[in-house]
Amino acid sequence: MKQSKKYLLDDKNNVKRLIRIFFFFCALLFVLDFIFHRHSTHPYEHLWGFYPMFGFIGCIALVIVAKWLRTLLMRPEDYYRDEKQTGSKEPDDDGS
Amino acid sequence: MTALEIPPFLPFLLAAIACAFTRGRLTSFVVLAVPLIGALNLYLMPTEYSRQLQILSFELALVRVDKLSLMFGYLFHIAAFFSIIYCLHVKDRMHQIACMVYLASALGAVFSGDLLSLLIFWELMVISSVFLILARRTPDAYSAGLRYFVYQFLSGLLLLIGTALYFQQHQDLTFTLMELEGAAAWFIFIAFGIKCAFPMLHSWLTDAYPEATPGGSVFLSALTTKVAVYTLARGFAGSEILVYIGAVMTCFPIFYAVIENDLRRVLSYSLINQLGFMVVGIGVGTELALNGAVSTAFNHVLYKGLLFMSMGAVLHMTGCIKASELGGLYKTMPKTTLLCVIGAASISAFPLFNGFVSKSMVISAVLTENYEWVWLTLIFASAGVFHHAGIKIPYFAFFAKDSGLRSQDPPANMLIAMAIAAALCIAIGIYPNLLYQILPYDLNYYPYDLSHVLAQTQLLCFAALAFVWLNLKGIYPKELPSVNLGPEWFYRKLMPSIWRKGNHMSQAASAAAHQFILNKILAFMALLEKYHGKDGILSRNQSVGNLALWVAILLACYLALSFIGA
Repeated sequence: MKQSKKYLLDDKNNVKRLIRIFFFFCALLFVLDFIFHRHSTHPYEHLWGFYPMFGFIGCIALVIVAKWLRTLLMRPEDYYRDEKQTGSKEPDDDGS
Repeated sequence: MTALEIPPFLPFLLAAIACAFTRGRLTSFVVLAVPLIGALNLYLMPTEYSRQLQILSFELALVRVDKLSLMFGYLFHIAAFFSIIYCLHVKDRMHQIACMVYLASALGAVFSGDLLSLLIFWELMVISSVFLILARRTPDAYSAGLRYFVYQFLSGLLLLIGTALYFQQHQDLTFTLMELEGAAAWFIFIAFGIKCAFPMLHSWLTDAYPEATPGGSVFLSALTTKVAVYTLARGFAGSEILVYIGAVMTCFPIFYAVIENDLRRVLSYSLINQLGFMVVGIGVGTELALNGAVSTAFNHVLYKGLLFMSMGAVLHMTGCIKASELGGLYKTMPKTTLLCVIGAASISAFPLFNGFVSKSMVISAVLTENYEWVWLTLIFASAGVFHHAGIKIPYFAFFAKDSGLRSQDPPANMLIAMAIAAALCIAIGIYPNLLYQILPYDLNYYPYDLSHVLAQTQLLCFAALAFVWLNLKGIYPKELPSVNLGPEWFYRKLMPSIWRKGNHMSQAASAAAHQFILNKILAFMALLEKYHGKDGILSRNQSVGNLALWVAILLACYLALSFIGA
């Protein structure tokens, strides 16, 4: 059966392993900041861990604000659709 | 080096005519050959050249070649080549002709040396590109196409007014650097701004691009907005307002992109975000910034084209493009997955991919010119790009949950087109000089220094870390079938509802007036009925004798009164 074929990421352990490697890589990058001296044009760039922290906190803020925006902006999928118009789902694009 | 001096748009226009009369393999051959012929023609052209044309009393420059227009010319030929390969399986003649005319008009627009020819190609671009949306042939695509057309038409109208005013002021139509002063310049600026998807004027883009055909959206993403970037770089380089407009453009779409469900719409939002980087670069206006802006435009066409192609392939094979319905496709579409990941890495500006060598130029230029807040915004936006375009797109389409879809990789032509774009993304990432040598200004810039590579890798990896962490904690917003409100709400909901309410009220008023008049008529009828109806006082039967008696009484009274009066 094709359906039951096991793929790489079907195994939870593989996913865990990947995530662990990724965490290690991130930690390594963070430490590199203390080893190399980055030349910088702006005083903020001198701060240790400026870029990693900016990326991390920025993205968490991004997602949380976006999630909050949903309460303001989200509408059901057929919000703009007229009663008359029934959108057909998918067409064929080769015009045949 | 006197070449045949064929205007760059002409081969594509001829190909459009050829498409109308050929079929099958011959059409494929024609459309494949034309970008190659066009590129050769461009290569043989002198680097500074202008062809004047006298029409009525106007001195028009139908073709003006310099480094800036030449670069966009090459870019459009490359985009044409892989987009055409991507669409080779499409047998819809309307689609084929629209693509060719669209390419011709985009090339015409970037090579036109005066505002009037620009206007003509500007309009032609609108008319041809709308068919790439209509060709999807769904009611949604049809209405989105009409809205797109109206919006773009408005932009053309503003350009027309601006051009007329400009001519009145300067007695000259040459399209060159302008001061952002006076009505003429502002009209032209807003016209370019609509095409460039300035904030609040952007909704046509996120509305229409996701509704186009899979191939159509690749063409659309490559041409329209890049022509706008070119015109801004030509006409308004160094206008400071663009720095702030661009900064807003980099930021607001990423919030929308995080909560958007339609993956091609996510790409449209990220398109605006990328345009923001270019607009900032144009606004800063130094040589480094302008080089950064146009090289971002160049790279953007490659990686955004690649991403649109991979999502188009998903749509083509599975029939759906909603993140809530997709997932787990890496199992059966491994090649598409790999190519999409290359596009995602490129747009996120990972070192060794082409986004890295161009975006950093803009950011460096912003910092050199001391726009501190804009710099912070751009870094935030860079992390945000990775978050929504770099991770979200491949993750929700190809990984995440198993949707049960088991579609295969798309046809070979689609894969080849994607592979070409991916190869270019990596090649430019590794040998940035491929791109740097065709930039309009001399460049003394080396992207691969340690500080820079480290900073960018840290930024991106920790953005990814945020994604992983939010997902593990279950905070990441779920993909939900939904629409998110934007400026289109004004003309898709508010205006129709005002119109409907107005209609309703006028209907109610007219019904009330109708009822009032009807009541009056009925009352009058009732009155008539009362006196003249059956047994009405005026309709009883009277005998002649009766009447004679009454006349006698009347005459007697009259007689009596005459005695009194005398």
